[in-house]
Amino acid sequence: MAEPEATYCIWCGTARAEHPQMACRRQLDPPRFCPTCGRRLRVKVHPAGWDASCRDHGPLVA
Amino acid sequence: MSDVPVALSPNPRTAAPERLRLTPEAARQVIRNAQVALLDERRQLTAAELEALADVPDASVPSLAALAHEVRLEWCGDTVEVEGILSAKTGGCPEDCHFCSQSAQFESPVQATPFLDTDDVIAAAKETAALGASEFCIVLAIRGPDERTMQRILELVPIVQEEAGLNVAVSAGIVTDDQARRLAEGGVHRYNHNLETAESFFPNVVTTHSWAERFDTCQLVREHGMELCCGVLLGMGESVDQRLELIGQLRAVEPAEVPINFLNPRPGTPFSGRPLVEPLEAIRWIALFRLALPSVILRYAGGREVTLRELQALGLTSGINALIVGNYLTTLGRSPGEDLQMLDDLAMPIGALSKAF
Repeated sequence: MAEPEATYCIWCGTARAEHPQMACRRQLDPPRFCPTCGRRLRVKVHPAGWDASCRDHGPLVA
Repeated sequence: MSDVPVALSPNPRTAAPERLRLTPEAARQVIRNAQVALLDERRQLTAAELEALADVPDASVPSLAALAHEVRLEWCGDTVEVEGILSAKTGGCPEDCHFCSQSAQFESPVQATPFLDTDDVIAAAKETAALGASEFCIVLAIRGPDERTMQRILELVPIVQEEAGLNVAVSAGIVTDDQARRLAEGGVHRYNHNLETAESFFPNVVTTHSWAERFDTCQLVREHGMELCCGVLLGMGESVDQRLELIGQLRAVEPAEVPINFLNPRPGTPFSGRPLVEPLEAIRWIALFRLALPSVILRYAGGREVTLRELQALGLTSGINALIVGNYLTTLGRSPGEDLQMLDDLAMPIGALSKAF
């Protein structure tokens, strides 16, 4: 995931401009928000990984 | 949405224990008495004996843990059961369990997703099998199954058994007598339904269903011949007395398996601001659950990574004899390789377990 270019925090969905980078980084959480639009992601957590996708911007890569 | 860096926050140390601790000498005596009861007389501890053990000072927790490990080996052997779990239907749950990020009643980052396709479930089961597990649990965030959901579950169970070669467990909320019968007949090996907490504390945690409804489902599971997996969640603000009450209530439902969860406060839920259980306190209660329920499969479940951090191996020598490997329902676990290495280092073989009697 190209995180430096993200507009929104993938863990809380806050706009990066209003939010210190990585301030709420959660080591044991999959991403929950699209870094491009801030929309909530559809996330499938499975035993050995996770898949996340945005309705508008497609899948995120782990 | 506001957020708290929960996973990185330190475990706060409370200023004083909730109840008076025993003196070191008294602690040695109650631990010795428990050893005689469980290993020599091979009998269950009384409620009074358990209450005394709950009050040993922090310095005596390693002794308590050592006894719990000895009891586990004596009553259950050295095998560790490994299980994988999958949230096959996530979020959108009508219930208001205050710890849960899947409730539709709270503004949580977890987006609701429908029942996964059969291929997704099979793929997850195969992942689980590849990690050395013997059990795979299909979990649904629902109050209880409607007929369509029942049919999907009954369709999946034999397919997963066949394709992945695993025992299949199901967690689908409150069931009726007829649903319990059909699940048992459909090959469900173990049904998960947690009591979560003591009856007296339950109204502080859930208001959309009663503790009695949970208890009733637990009874139905056993009556229809499925193994009962009945877990607890510690760290929601319950008192020591209420944890002891919970132990008594667990004994009453006679579970084959008890998963021990520690609260991992989730953003957006009413319990988002609660502190983590302190690591040594977590070890104390793992040991107490083993001493209270000597024959059960006592499983490490959610919250262990953030609660115990570097003490995770200690849980395996404090009474734990099963674990969930890999990820949880909506959160991630540590890498399966770390857990498997931990078991190898502890010389604990992996295998399937049933409740020892």
